[in-house]
Amino acid sequence: MAEVTLVVDGTTVTVPDGSTILDACRALDNDQPTLCYLDNLTPVNVCRVCVVEVEGNRTLVPSCSRPVEEGMEVDTDSDRVRHSRKMVYEFLASSVDMGLVDDDTVAWMDRYGCDPDRYGPPADPADDRDLRKAGHHRIGPGTAAETVQQPVKVDNELYVRDYSRCILCYKCVEACGEDAQNTFAIAVAGRGFDARISTEFDTGLTDSACVFCGNCIGVCPTGALMFRSEYELRLAGMWEEDGQTVTRTICSYCGVGCNLDLHVQDNRIVKVTSPMDHSVTSGHLCIKGRFGYEYVQELGDLAVTPIDDILRRARIDNRGRRRRPGPRG
Amino acid sequence: MSAEPTAAERLAVDALLGPPSPSEEGAPSQPDDRRVAFGGYRRSVESRHLLLPALHAVNDTVGWVSAGALNYICERLLVPPAEAYGVAGFYALLSLEERPARVAHVCDDVACRTAGGAGILAALEGRPDVHPSPCLGQCDQAPAVFFQLAGEDDAVLVGATSDRVAEVLAGGSLRDVPPVVPQVGDPSLRLLKRIGAVDPTSLEAYRGAGGYQALARTVELGPDRVIAEIKASGLRGRGGAAFPMGIKWEAVARSSAAPRYLICNADESEPGTFKDRVIMEGDPFAVIESMTIAGLAAGAERGYLYIRAEYPLARALLQNAIDRARAEGLLGEDVAGSGRPFEIEIRRGGGAYICGEETALMNSIEGKRGEPRNKPPFPTQVGLFGRPTVINNVETLINVLDIVLEGGAAFAEIGTGESTGPKLFCLAGAVARPGVYEVEFGRTLGDLIDLAGGLTGSGRLGAVMLGGAAGLFVGDDHLDMPLTFEGARARNATLGSGVVLVFDDRTDFPDIGTRIARFFRDESCGQCVPCRVGTVRQEELLARHQGGEPLDEELFEDVARVMMDASICGLGHTASTAIRSIIDLGLLERSRG
Amino acid sequence: MFGVGGGTCSYQEIETTDVILLWGSNAREAHPIFFHHLMKGVRNGAKLYAVDPRRTTSAMWADVWLGLEVGSDIALSNTVAREIIKAGLYHEDFIRHATVGFGAYAESVEPWTLQRGAEITGLPPEVIRRMAHDYATAEQAQICWTLGITEHHNATDNVLALINLALLTGHVGRYGSGVVPIRGQNNVQGGGDMGALPNKLPGFQDVADPVARGKFEALWGHSVPDRPGKHLSLMLEAMEHGEITALYVIGENPAQSEARSDHARDILRGLEFMVVQDLFMTRTAELADVVFPAAAGWAETDGTVTSSERRVQRVRKALDPPGDARDDLYIISALAERMGPGWGYPTAEEVWDELRSLSPNHAGMSYRRLADEGGLQWPCPGEDHPGTLFLHGDLWDDPLPRDPAPFFPTPWAPPVDELSEEYPIRLTTGRRLDSYNTGVQSGGYSSPLRTAVAIEVAPADGDALGMAEGDVVRVVSRRGSVEAPVLFDRSLRPGLAFMAVHDPDEVDVNLLTIDAWDPKSGTAEFKATAVRIEPLPEGVARRTGVRPVANYPA
Repeated sequence: MAEVTLVVDGTTVTVPDGSTILDACRALDNDQPTLCYLDNLTPVNVCRVCVVEVEGNRTLVPSCSRPVEEGMEVDTDSDRVRHSRKMVYEFLASSVDMGLVDDDTVAWMDRYGCDPDRYGPPADPADDRDLRKAGHHRIGPGTAAETVQQPVKVDNELYVRDYSRCILCYKCVEACGEDAQNTFAIAVAGRGFDARISTEFDTGLTDSACVFCGNCIGVCPTGALMFRSEYELRLAGMWEEDGQTVTRTICSYCGVGCNLDLHVQDNRIVKVTSPMDHSVTSGHLCIKGRFGYEYVQELGDLAVTPIDDILRRARIDNRGRRRRPGPRG
Repeated sequence: MSAEPTAAERLAVDALLGPPSPSEEGAPSQPDDRRVAFGGYRRSVESRHLLLPALHAVNDTVGWVSAGALNYICERLLVPPAEAYGVAGFYALLSLEERPARVAHVCDDVACRTAGGAGILAALEGRPDVHPSPCLGQCDQAPAVFFQLAGEDDAVLVGATSDRVAEVLAGGSLRDVPPVVPQVGDPSLRLLKRIGAVDPTSLEAYRGAGGYQALARTVELGPDRVIAEIKASGLRGRGGAAFPMGIKWEAVARSSAAPRYLICNADESEPGTFKDRVIMEGDPFAVIESMTIAGLAAGAERGYLYIRAEYPLARALLQNAIDRARAEGLLGEDVAGSGRPFEIEIRRGGGAYICGEETALMNSIEGKRGEPRNKPPFPTQVGLFGRPTVINNVETLINVLDIVLEGGAAFAEIGTGESTGPKLFCLAGAVARPGVYEVEFGRTLGDLIDLAGGLTGSGRLGAVMLGGAAGLFVGDDHLDMPLTFEGARARNATLGSGVVLVFDDRTDFPDIGTRIARFFRDESCGQCVPCRVGTVRQEELLARHQGGEPLDEELFEDVARVMMDASICGLGHTASTAIRSIIDLGLLERSRG
Repeated sequence: MFGVGGGTCSYQEIETTDVILLWGSNAREAHPIFFHHLMKGVRNGAKLYAVDPRRTTSAMWADVWLGLEVGSDIALSNTVAREIIKAGLYHEDFIRHATVGFGAYAESVEPWTLQRGAEITGLPPEVIRRMAHDYATAEQAQICWTLGITEHHNATDNVLALINLALLTGHVGRYGSGVVPIRGQNNVQGGGDMGALPNKLPGFQDVADPVARGKFEALWGHSVPDRPGKHLSLMLEAMEHGEITALYVIGENPAQSEARSDHARDILRGLEFMVVQDLFMTRTAELADVVFPAAAGWAETDGTVTSSERRVQRVRKALDPPGDARDDLYIISALAERMGPGWGYPTAEEVWDELRSLSPNHAGMSYRRLADEGGLQWPCPGEDHPGTLFLHGDLWDDPLPRDPAPFFPTPWAPPVDELSEEYPIRLTTGRRLDSYNTGVQSGGYSSPLRTAVAIEVAPADGDALGMAEGDVVRVVSRRGSVEAPVLFDRSLRPGLAFMAVHDPDEVDVNLLTIDAWDPKSGTAEFKATAVRIEPLPEGVARRTGVRPVANYPA
């Protein structure tokens, strides 16, 4: 394969033709921040936090998707780059709840000296964001900084959507649509600051085309999409990520052989993810693999009941439904 | 979600797409014994471009797009409902909720707001059928109102009053106003010579006035020589970027990919701009002939003319011109005896300034949200439907006629070094004779204002908005600036789309600046963070200033810089330039004093 | 396939193939992550043909959906074969080089003109022709199937008929081309790998082969039977006749999963002794004399499973099993200890290493490699072998290093359960996205997609029967009847009905199905039942809240 040589922050690097600037940075262990980029999705280059300065370009360019060119000179730490990155983080933090972003993002925000408070006090949450029409906003007094704060959407048993945390990175749309699931239950609706992730007519997920694969949760970088199990444990103050184990195994359902990472807290599965770098799933699962684990959760001390007792009771309750008496209750 | 279409909605969609065939989704009663279906991914890709026309079809006839109508469109085109909803909601003129059958969009943008637009809105405040609108491209006849009339053709009212608006909303009728140019009859005119002088509906009249000679010459010359002439002419794009046109054409002509496309960008939406409308309404055959020449030269088999929805008269006249040209063999399988095919199709925008950005426009034609694409790759490599594409705006294209007939070298003699040929300017605001003016490149700003009859209002200049909302304001120290690409560059100014909007010194510039901030906040597509949030923060800063606080200039500068540096497209890059120029001219504080 | 049971391709190959025949498979619901790979292929330009009586959610993505008559698959494949031969599109060189039996095969499909194929399958002849030509002329092409092919009385012939097409066109043994059965259970492939087949030892080594047997006998110090055992249907028959009187069931629920389930339950009740080892007190366990509470193989124990692309992957213990539940290995070892001189209590890895020493296909797959390399695809004969992306590449080697692949003529026979005036509707059964087999596992979580098991019919049939959606009706076959609500489904044509199999406690669909089974594989004909649908008697009419589930494209 043809190779391309370029200079990043004064260091010469040679990478395969077709690589992006981000690839070149990674080859140099030169860390760059990203938000909307993910290895298993098509880059959409919308967050602009990975922008870098390329000699000869009038504006900054997104490193996640700009292909390298021979002789390119890239600066990832110029004044302009630092300013834009700081501002992007500030814009997001001043309008979105970034409380659940990963540690890397927090570190980048510190490094660039973000001060989201300088845009004024946050405006009150809005309950009409899903109704806003393109080109029809009414100008306010400007005394409070507008945000995307809004009520959490809880419309099913498996996951919740807290769009107060949504930075509109498009990842969920890509995972639901053409990059993986091909279900297209959600898309970007509205325009400008009122753009949002939505089903058609903001209908609930159970009325939409959603098949509850949870692949959108798997790619969400801000906790806007969250397993119901995690959401409720967090509400109850019982979510303890440090005390969790993560064990890789294979899904118990069909014969495709999807890799699962079981996140276990107190001998209970609290969420299921899949490794992004595995050739079978690329990080994606279906509803059964993602959510169908309940049947192995310990349900109480029925499991230690002597088998004879179990049998006797079972025969009496002959019309028992799903929760059959047995080792698992 | 489940919802069924009404009979009227179904009819509107079927009128566009034809009735469903038996093996297609959406047939009202399934044939009894269905064993085969053709469709799937390929058909969903192939039919996606019909999404916006189908949404328009329902919105036009019924007045809005219900869930049932959306579902029916989605079934017919194999588009996911969530995506169709996202596309429909991108456009300000498509309604996803029920609304009155007649709706008025009253322009209160930079030209119209002081000319009565704001007053009409104040008088009709609270009516559900009256909305403020960004610039409608009628600045020479301000104030303007655009009407959407369910079941009838859309219409425009110029020189509007609140009484007249109320009358139309109550069922009153409207008459088309033919375009006028103040220079009509001037023998030196090249681009405007037929406007107001030749019947825009008649192909015979167009031919009688020199029309279609350039196409004949193109067929004689062949693509290579036409491109050579264009390159020799030095013609640069008139849309704002001033890119040499011959290079674009050549890049596409040399590509081996097929099919290739030509797009005429007629989505003229830059506030203060109306020259393309005047051309399309006054000389539609010239636009079609120019596109045909471009198509043949670039090796494109199909051309799209993407026109903003607010130009219903231009659209009708262009469609007439296409139909006439096709009937005469000037479009179709064998264009003017060239042995080459070329077809033109009109596509209508939906009320989105951003769709004037070339890649957003392509996404819009493809049936997607009008979100700009990252460049590179450029349209000449990966354009419409992923194919090499030439995209030029209306004014740029019609220059081709003279270049082909007179030769590139002769054309290059006109104007100045970098700025060859004639140029159109949109004069409006505080001038005596507003309108589109044609001059040879090289005239100064002061010359233009004099040509338009000089200042009116207070008679004292406040500032001139050059190049639109994406351009900037200049003061009287710029009156001697030659209006050329190089002349503007030397003074850190821009010609942009050719707007020369004149304000007298009594103008409320903070209000104008805030209106521009509102415009960009409304028109940002929302895709990238710098523009999506930056336009909001910018508007908040100006609104606070309007409320009496001093402007936080450091914060404004920080916001402006990130939009300029890190946005995906030109909208974000230029969203602060006009406001910054108002600040730099001291107009924000002076008016407050 | 030709000696070893496994799909010939890897998932990645379907992403760049040119033509896909998805035959008797609703992969979008039954194998969603495989469908991700398939859709990548479609997006990369592959033509997709979906062959299925129902226009399933998978078929919605197809360039062409062929809604053939239930059980006419062989008629279709034979017709396709004849068309390919007549049009001169067969791969003459490959056939001469790597196959035997072409002459007899060509003769056997000779009567299958497009016209006759069209009559039997109900498909337009030009569509059959188009599929034949696209498949034969593709650079790369795959045939993928699941239970729509195998849950028939002639399952093995169905499979052979598809393999014949691959041999005819040379679409096997090359990257991107192959025959791909997608497995329904997470380790059905691994069970076969490990010798859980009546005629095979681990690693697909034949019990009749004395050399293979000798290896096992030497290591185990015990003789290994040289005769094949019985598959499930034969076992049930033997139990019915009293030849088998005791049964050890591990992780199966035959009391509900077998066709003609009431009959199956009678047979199980007639056993002298039955042991069930399961996670749950299943209907089968309820009939058992002894129940061993077992640990969940995928989350509570260590071991390996094999996927549909022959990828052996590690399962790991993430949870402590509840109470006294033990993993299968422990229970079996404990039984062995009590039955004589046992083998102690080996770890999963020790058992695996023994397998590696006996099965050349798995020899290179150490636990360390399985962990480090994200699993390995057999054959993997040595520690330095990278595993095998696709099978049967050696069919293209010159000289041919193996036995040539045989064509098997496949005569068509209609479904056993014939339609008649009394039973005019063809019922077919299948799976839904959120549920799994008899629902024992998938019943445990709250799926927003789940609806009650219904009898799904074409809207026109519903109208003809005077039923509204949600009405409860009686579905009657020659063997039994069930009550279920009606749903209208536009993916069905009149005369065709569908029921999911997932909630036998609510609606025991297998009271209706026929236990006619394929003599070679032992699979029963779940896919073709003749039924009639009748209203409930006056006064007991009930309505339910069942609703269809939204989907795209729908």
